[in-house]
Amino acid sequence: MTDFLQLVFSGVATGSIYALAALGFTLLWQASGTINFAQGEFVMLPAFCMLAFMAAGAPLWLAFFATCAVAVLVLGWAFKRGIADPLLRHGLMPVVVATIGLAIAARNGVRAGYSAEAHPFPSLFGDQLFNIAGVTITLADMGTLVLALALVLGTQAFLNKTVTGRAMQAVAQNTESATVLGINVPRMVFYTFAINALLATAAALLVTPTYLAKFDIGEGLGNKAFFAAIIGGFNNSRGALLGGVIVGVCENLAAAYISPAYKDAVALVLFMAVILFKPQGLLGKKIERKV
Amino acid sequence: MNRIHKTLLATACALTLATPAWAQIKLSGLYELSGAGATAGTNFKNGVELAVKEINAAGGILGKKLEHTAADTQSNPGVAKGLTVKAVDDGAFAIFGPVFSGSIMVSMAESRKAEVPNFVGGEAAAITKQGNPYVFRTSFTQDTAMPKVARYIAGGLKAKTVAVLFVNNDFGKGGRDAITKALADVGVKVVADISTDSGQVDFSAPVLKAKQSNADALFVYTNEEESARALRELRKQGYNKPIVGETTLTGQKVIELAGDAANGATAHVGLTIDAPNPLMLKFKANFYRAYNYFSDHNGIKGYTGVYILKAAIEKAGKLDKKAVAAALHGLNVKAAKEPGVIFDLSMDANGDLDRESFMVEVKGGKQEVREVLPALNAKK
Repeated sequence: MTDFLQLVFSGVATGSIYALAALGFTLLWQASGTINFAQGEFVMLPAFCMLAFMAAGAPLWLAFFATCAVAVLVLGWAFKRGIADPLLRHGLMPVVVATIGLAIAARNGVRAGYSAEAHPFPSLFGDQLFNIAGVTITLADMGTLVLALALVLGTQAFLNKTVTGRAMQAVAQNTESATVLGINVPRMVFYTFAINALLATAAALLVTPTYLAKFDIGEGLGNKAFFAAIIGGFNNSRGALLGGVIVGVCENLAAAYISPAYKDAVALVLFMAVILFKPQGLLGKKIERKV
Repeated sequence: MNRIHKTLLATACALTLATPAWAQIKLSGLYELSGAGATAGTNFKNGVELAVKEINAAGGILGKKLEHTAADTQSNPGVAKGLTVKAVDDGAFAIFGPVFSGSIMVSMAESRKAEVPNFVGGEAAAITKQGNPYVFRTSFTQDTAMPKVARYIAGGLKAKTVAVLFVNNDFGKGGRDAITKALADVGVKVVADISTDSGQVDFSAPVLKAKQSNADALFVYTNEEESARALRELRKQGYNKPIVGETTLTGQKVIELAGDAANGATAHVGLTIDAPNPLMLKFKANFYRAYNYFSDHNGIKGYTGVYILKAAIEKAGKLDKKAVAAALHGLNVKAAKEPGVIFDLSMDANGDLDRESFMVEVKGGKQEVREVLPALNAKK
């Protein structure tokens, strides 16, 4: 039983990181109708940016905040202006193709420009171990879980409880009506991209000590986050959290009780099951459109 | 000019064209510069480059300079095979790499076909069991290393049972088979056989299986990044039994990536920069000066590999690939005569090499040599 709990806890910690990246998918989809297949690379790039700041002598906290500013500028503003805005008017498919291309370019850019090797990344939390009812829990796992939960729930509270958040949701639901109501639509969309960039930077801070900083860490992470977002419900922020945790826990259990070889297939199997039996996702809402 | 003269002239021209007049000695490097083997491949390449630079600065081999080119196999056997064909087409005198056993198993057929000496970094036992007279190791084969590890587990640790955690590729499977056999020979039972994937990120399940097995010791045989992640997870789950490996587990990159979690891990290593040897200290300093980081065993493999080639060319006395390959079989090199090989070594008829080796333990983030193990043929 303790082994099972150990796996579940470890899976929840991993899943909460998937949830952060998955939240980016749902946010962008809800606010601008964009699917960003470079979401995993949006986590990888801030990790290397933080490493660069730390190599210049900055402590981790300063590197993180400096990277947040860079991420908002590059992964938020530049991504919106350079890719989303010009391509969205031609439909979703050009954006999908462009973000896939962006992911490849980002991976190879880091590989060629920085290094193809893995690099250690300092953990925000210490190495302390706790033993609770036979389950060994690290401070890093607990910290990751708490911080990820706080970010997901905080983002949701921001969207639901603040004027800006509600305006962003209004833009997501109906851009034309939002414009009529006097909402600055381009600004709200930019806020969404900026929040996505900040969440990706936070995910990088949490995930990289375990994944290690390497040019291809975003590949698997992006896929898992995409599946998690679909499983939880693409149009629901809480769905991203649920989907992430489900994927993280099921992966761990499958690796331990079936075979590690099938671990990566778990997210795909869950994704297919949800698409077949509940296409809107576990917490997603059905959206009907008149033709 | 009569007919005889014309015939002689034509023959001379044909011979001139058929035997390349090596203006430079072309070394083609095929390394894992990206993908799962990036750490190993980059170190191996840097080691080769350092040796090439030193040899050229000292006047080359038989008066000819070395020319080295590096290509990225992307840790992909198919790409490695294609690059080997290209290296042959480009007129390589010798090929260095790949480092990953899976890539070597596929690519070495091409260097064999073209009769080009191929210095590889892989340790899978199967590499030199194919009867390929053109493949030469720069490190031990698993068949040589694993019995030493097994003897340490049985004699040094007094362990009766062992859990084996390995990576599911040619390197890992070869190591698993070799250690299982070697452990059986010394009466130690393998109670858990735990497979992991190349590039695996989360080791919580494999480590849990190792804990559940309740074995007296854990043998970890994965590539660098995975070794680091496994060590971190072992630390995380509070694993308190001895952790033993072979070469990669205590490599410099693993220590760098795993941090404190690497402390306490022990391994048999064929090559370590912390070996008590003045030539190794010199290599360590030169490598650091050139690349601003400390080499791991793969860097030493690449470096010594070039000097082994140098010794073979000098033994053959001519720049002839076949003659050099023949000279490599049965080659004995003394470090006193050729300091670039660092340790006295010998190469057998299969292309397997023998030299002294070490049992090391990671303490305070550094390898510490616990025991120097003599070369196998030194015992005879």
